[in-house]
Amino acid sequence: MSVATSYEFLDKVIRATPDGEKIRKCLQCGTCSGICPYGFAMDYPPRSLIAALRADDFHGVLESDTIWLCVSCFACASVCPAKIPLTRGLLATLKTEMLVGGSIPQELQAALGNSRRYGNALGESPKKRAEWAKDFTVPVPVLSAHKKPVEVLWFVGDYASYHPRAQQASRALAKLLFVLDVHFGILGPEENSDGDTQAFTGEWGLFELLARKNIQAMSKYQFKEIITGDPHAYNAFKHEYPRLGFDRPVKHHTQYLAEHSDRIRALLQNRGPRRVTYHDPCYLGRANDNNIYEEPRQLLRAIPGLELVEMSHNRAQSICCGGGGGGMWLDGYSWEKAHTRTSEWRVKEAVAVGAEVLAVACPYETPRFEDAVKSTGNEGKLAVKDVAELLVESIFG
Amino acid sequence: MDIVVLIKFVPDLVEDLEIDAATGLLDRNFLRLMPNELDEHALEQAIILKERHGGRVTVLALDTGDVDEALYTAVAKGADRVIKITGDGFDQGLGNRRIAAILRRAVGDVRFDLILTGTQAVDDLDGFVGALLAADLGLPYVGYVTQVVAADGRVVARKEYPGGLNAEIEVNGPAVLGIQAAERAPRYVVTSKVMEAMKSAKIEELAVDEVSVENELAVSSMALPESGTHAEMIEGNVQQVAQKLAVLLKERGVLA
Repeated sequence: MSVATSYEFLDKVIRATPDGEKIRKCLQCGTCSGICPYGFAMDYPPRSLIAALRADDFHGVLESDTIWLCVSCFACASVCPAKIPLTRGLLATLKTEMLVGGSIPQELQAALGNSRRYGNALGESPKKRAEWAKDFTVPVPVLSAHKKPVEVLWFVGDYASYHPRAQQASRALAKLLFVLDVHFGILGPEENSDGDTQAFTGEWGLFELLARKNIQAMSKYQFKEIITGDPHAYNAFKHEYPRLGFDRPVKHHTQYLAEHSDRIRALLQNRGPRRVTYHDPCYLGRANDNNIYEEPRQLLRAIPGLELVEMSHNRAQSICCGGGGGGMWLDGYSWEKAHTRTSEWRVKEAVAVGAEVLAVACPYETPRFEDAVKSTGNEGKLAVKDVAELLVESIFG
Repeated sequence: MDIVVLIKFVPDLVEDLEIDAATGLLDRNFLRLMPNELDEHALEQAIILKERHGGRVTVLALDTGDVDEALYTAVAKGADRVIKITGDGFDQGLGNRRIAAILRRAVGDVRFDLILTGTQAVDDLDGFVGALLAADLGLPYVGYVTQVVAADGRVVARKEYPGGLNAEIEVNGPAVLGIQAAERAPRYVVTSKVMEAMKSAKIEELAVDEVSVENELAVSSMALPESGTHAEMIEGNVQQVAQKLAVLLKERGVLA
């Protein structure tokens, strides 16, 4: 296979985003590489990568595979003084180049193959996408059978549909929607992975395939707005789907619930944990300036008796759980290269501020942080709960 | 080196299998099919050989329904020709002697130095198609192959035996090889390349009518495995669990 030159690659980077030209303005300050959680283990963290391209050494870049440590957490892009779209432009484009060249860790290959074949990265049966909702006395409406317009289309997402731990948070959110008497429905088997994380592994063709299926499925139903518990789906609907002609309003579940906080507040009781800290998911916070920082905190503070404490890294400075950009599917690879997990750093920060509960708002995070609680020896000291789960515990006990 | 790859489509076990009460056989109406994993290895090995030595890779598959995407994916990976063999009743599942007879007719017009296929398919674990086809064609056959080396007009197949024993077998002229594993895992090909293949490549169709088959085996009935007794979860704190475990291990003769 012929290898692109540095200049051809830079041209692709420039065309990848509307403000791609800014890469020319890199002043080699190195802030990006400094803040990158995996920069220490990468052969080419962002600054070095740009330097290598300027020195016309794209060949050398392609010989390293450590770009697969990038968790697309937007830390580099958010601190770049020249506002270079490093995550979406430079790093995701390099991942595309790696994929096309066949330099792809086996575990990531499996997740992408599953996404293409089954519409979910976990390789589960598409028919069973709504199985998590089976045990409710009031059934969660699946739109293909519901046949009525709804207020809210709840896009559940892959992990929230299939991962046993993330499913618990889905059931909590369903309970809240029932309590609030929201007329909602889910796509069930018609839903596909939102494709956002696949896109940030560089597989844009797969993203488009999945996105078009979702757009097609959603176009069949009448609803006023979309809510999702998955920050990656939120980000995709808001910033990536519009390129494909999609234009529907979307809210993260914490935003939606915060809008109803008066009604929720009336139901909350003082019986939950006392000291709670909150982890800002990258894709609710600094990614694309989504800036959803206050709504989840507002909900947590509404719980009587709950004291919200902040970890040293919070809001835009939050540290990635390690699941973004394909990290969710590269645990073995990342461990082999870096011998550390960012989810463990985060759990240690939560323990350091004396929190009993690490509150989260992303389906990747509950399983990742629970594993990290165990691997750091903090079992029994720290629980990991979705904001929706904490609200349900406060309401129902 | 021109290579023919045979791909069989087998039930995707992500979906539950059901037995049709009327026929006592697998209910194929709602089955989802996928390429047999070892056939994917055969394709990978063929493309590796093509990259090394040149030549053409031709993929043959029986049209059991829903095979197009996998054939386009084969093109995106590097196959030159993809041929879908059409005929009656393929979607209802065929015995291996019949499959081999159909393939014998289908490869008739294709030039090849090697035929590669998975050494067996997960749906019957029979492992006979390659061997039967080779016998029909009067060609040598080696199964359970984990490496294929071609040099100076010779082909050496490494065959893996149980217990870690390997043999290197030299085959002359055209041959059929049953692949146990390609020398590296089958590659991932990006979706945009598959889409490109869907636009630019053509799936050839080849109709094979009645073939006569002797000594064909028929499956009389199938049954789902009965679930055995479930694992016993030992409840309690660490001390209690350890105590109960020790008692159990003694009962079963593991501990004295």
